[in-house]
Amino acid sequence: MSAPIQVTGQDTPIIEAIGVSKRFGSTDALRRVDAALQSGRCLGLVGRNGAGKSTLVSILSGLQSPDAGEIRFAGDPAPPLDDVRAWRRRIATVFQHSMVVPQLTVAENIFLGDLPGDRGIVNWRTTRARARKLMREWDFDVDPAVECGMLTVEQRQIVEIAGALARGTRVLLLDEPTAALERDGVRRLFERVHALVAAGVAVLYISHHLEEVFEICHDVLVLRDGEVVMNAPAATLTEDELVSSMVGDIDAPLSHAGKPERGGSTRSRKTSTEARLVLTDVVAESPRGSLLGTSLVVHAGERVGVTGLLGAGVATLGRVIAGAHDYQSGTVLFEGRPLPPGRPDAALAAGIGYIPEDRWLEGFVGELGCAENMTMSIASRLAGPLGVLMPSARIRAAQPFAGRLSLVSRGLNQPVAELSGGNQQKVTVARAMASRPKLIVAITPTRGIDVASKELLLAALAELSATTGASLLLASDEFDDLQICDRVVILVRGQVFTEFTEPPFDDEELISATEGLMAAGGHR
Amino acid sequence: MTEVREQAVATPGLGSLFEKRSRRLAAAAFVRGAALVPVIGVLLIVGSVISPVFLTTSNLAQVGQEISALGVVVVGEALIIIIGGMDLSLESTFGLSAMVGAWLIIPTANYGQGVVWSPYLGIVALLAVGVAVGFVNGLAIVKGRLNGFIWTLGMTVVLGGIQDGMVNGQSLYNLPTAFNWLGSAYAGPIPVSLIVTTLIFVGVGLFLRYHAVGREIYAIGGNRAAARAAGMRVDRIRIGVYVAGSVLAAIGGLMEAGRVQAVAAGQGYGEGIIFNVFAAAVIGGVSLKGGRGGMLGAASGVVLLGLVQNILDLGGVNNYWILAITGGVILVALMMARVIGGEVTAE
Repeated sequence: MSAPIQVTGQDTPIIEAIGVSKRFGSTDALRRVDAALQSGRCLGLVGRNGAGKSTLVSILSGLQSPDAGEIRFAGDPAPPLDDVRAWRRRIATVFQHSMVVPQLTVAENIFLGDLPGDRGIVNWRTTRARARKLMREWDFDVDPAVECGMLTVEQRQIVEIAGALARGTRVLLLDEPTAALERDGVRRLFERVHALVAAGVAVLYISHHLEEVFEICHDVLVLRDGEVVMNAPAATLTEDELVSSMVGDIDAPLSHAGKPERGGSTRSRKTSTEARLVLTDVVAESPRGSLLGTSLVVHAGERVGVTGLLGAGVATLGRVIAGAHDYQSGTVLFEGRPLPPGRPDAALAAGIGYIPEDRWLEGFVGELGCAENMTMSIASRLAGPLGVLMPSARIRAAQPFAGRLSLVSRGLNQPVAELSGGNQQKVTVARAMASRPKLIVAITPTRGIDVASKELLLAALAELSATTGASLLLASDEFDDLQICDRVVILVRGQVFTEFTEPPFDDEELISATEGLMAAGGHR
Repeated sequence: MTEVREQAVATPGLGSLFEKRSRRLAAAAFVRGAALVPVIGVLLIVGSVISPVFLTTSNLAQVGQEISALGVVVVGEALIIIIGGMDLSLESTFGLSAMVGAWLIIPTANYGQGVVWSPYLGIVALLAVGVAVGFVNGLAIVKGRLNGFIWTLGMTVVLGGIQDGMVNGQSLYNLPTAFNWLGSAYAGPIPVSLIVTTLIFVGVGLFLRYHAVGREIYAIGGNRAAARAAGMRVDRIRIGVYVAGSVLAAIGGLMEAGRVQAVAAGQGYGEGIIFNVFAAAVIGGVSLKGGRGGMLGAASGVVLLGLVQNILDLGGVNNYWILAITGGVILVALMMARVIGGEVTAE
């Protein structure tokens, strides 16, 4: 990708945060943050989980007011918080989780809250015509008459962006927009962002993927512990500089030297030839990628990575083994005994720990405390006579995991919903580790969390398997994660296509294998 | 990797800090549960101003006896709400179970069935009705995946209809002493039913707080998918809670029958007690979304409703207006609970 073009000079920023501070209880979420966004430029906002990104986003989009400082739009003071419409005309946020109403059509979603019509009577013809015109103008390829529930994640994102443009918004906040997209979708998203920026839209791009930031952002703003620690043109920065400014000096060694154990050192580890998990011709239907006769063996102590394109069945494979998903035929044997389909409790009892793909959905109970969530799978083991289980016993059991995973919380009774994304994921991982599993099934365990937490989690998983002999099945489309594995299995359309047995694994080879092309390094 | 180990070594020092914080948070939860206590205090003052009778032992004992039956049902409903469900048919179980129990133990001359069982067997039958109804509801909602609201609404009407049909709409009087005992006996100045209900509240409250399964109820109500992924036997526990709720409703029905020395034709469904049941639970901070609330709050909700009723009675309010005023007071109490409880009931 060519270097971004300078479109405008130093005009009045279209949106500007001046000395913005925000406190939650005793923590400073933001401290005197200055940020400015110019028309026709893309600003990358990066920082570790808990650095204050979400708080800044919610203040910039008018969901919260700052304790000190102010927001200005093209030099004018921001509208009052309760004037939601005024805010939406000035700035729009596309969140990681789709906010479109699935039961309504694309056209309705675009004009949601402001349907074209006369005195409350909606004019459907105008609505559809205007939606079509908008789609044409911006070269978006989505049919306005389709119900949004039928759309892909990528198309829903387009609908949200189109809705923002329809309101006249020329500032877009994209919060982790690539998290749920496959590779081609990401490429197309970047093309759209480039087009928007070239047309004078200002984009604030929030991502954990630094290579994306380098690819599409003109400038990068780094937040650390609620403060701006760097604000510079992307072209003048290296990835290492960016990482060290995100992580800070104290933690810096972790980000460099602490790369998750690479294949080189894992090879010395003894991997038993005893087959712990055997899948034979498993067929499992799933709208998000079916398994069509998948066979796989995982040995004791072995770390097996599984990857593939979206819809190849990678997550489904993990869910079937963890008992979270039904399967129609084939066998799943764990230590020689069949696992009943769709029974997470049976999988747990057999010794399988589960780190689900969607932590908000399956990873934790938000209202309950960290310790309670971390010990959720071992409650019956911790309980005393008659099932009595004191909170202090849970805290004692959870503490070693909180320490090992460097969990940041205001005490282990803090509700998990209040933690940052990375710390929520640590709770989920601890829940799987606490059950002393013989096999951990981890599905995209590092999605949406910052670089340092990511490496810490991977290191903890690798360490667990090294010290307890637990096997690991890591289903992920993040190739970095797979580097802790002894072997990587590629799924194509629900079947094992090939596997790589010699770490370190080459990204290019993995990519071409997931596309169904046999690369030079592939071993059948 | 070394950093990781260092932190692991550092934790024992943090341990006491964690526990101190946990105790403080537990205290905060207690305060939230007790949010209605000041309101109850105000009601006690209002009551004593309105009538000199109000603060007498006999009046308060009577209030205690009146709210005991409701209280047991509230415990059952609160359990079901906390696990993320709802059961409107508890009010019919409250009436039908008592009706079946009484029907089996009195002679045909008094509209009984005629088998004239021992009153103890009648009580067993009453509990069996609770188990059966709860199990049917649980199966239909959990295994059959039927909507809990509409299913239990239907069950409310069906069970209420059976209650009428089996005795041709009669009320059953002349019940044996053993059957009436729980609802009518006194231990010194204190009604036995009040003691039993208090024990049930305390017992269930401790169970929810300190028992592994009690905690699972909160986890399932808070996020069912996460509870399932954590290996909990979600279906089994949910069905169990529906059964427990119905059995508690049956026990409440027994108390009510004993208190009025009869099973009225309209006991439960005919009186429409379910509004009071939900009101007490929600005023007490049990979130209808599940996963939140506790027995302390539910108990204070029950006491609040009982006191309001009693003050209106003593204040000589026109009988025809009592319903409207009670309903209004409940709505005000809901708003107050919302304000006091802050975000607890907000979402």
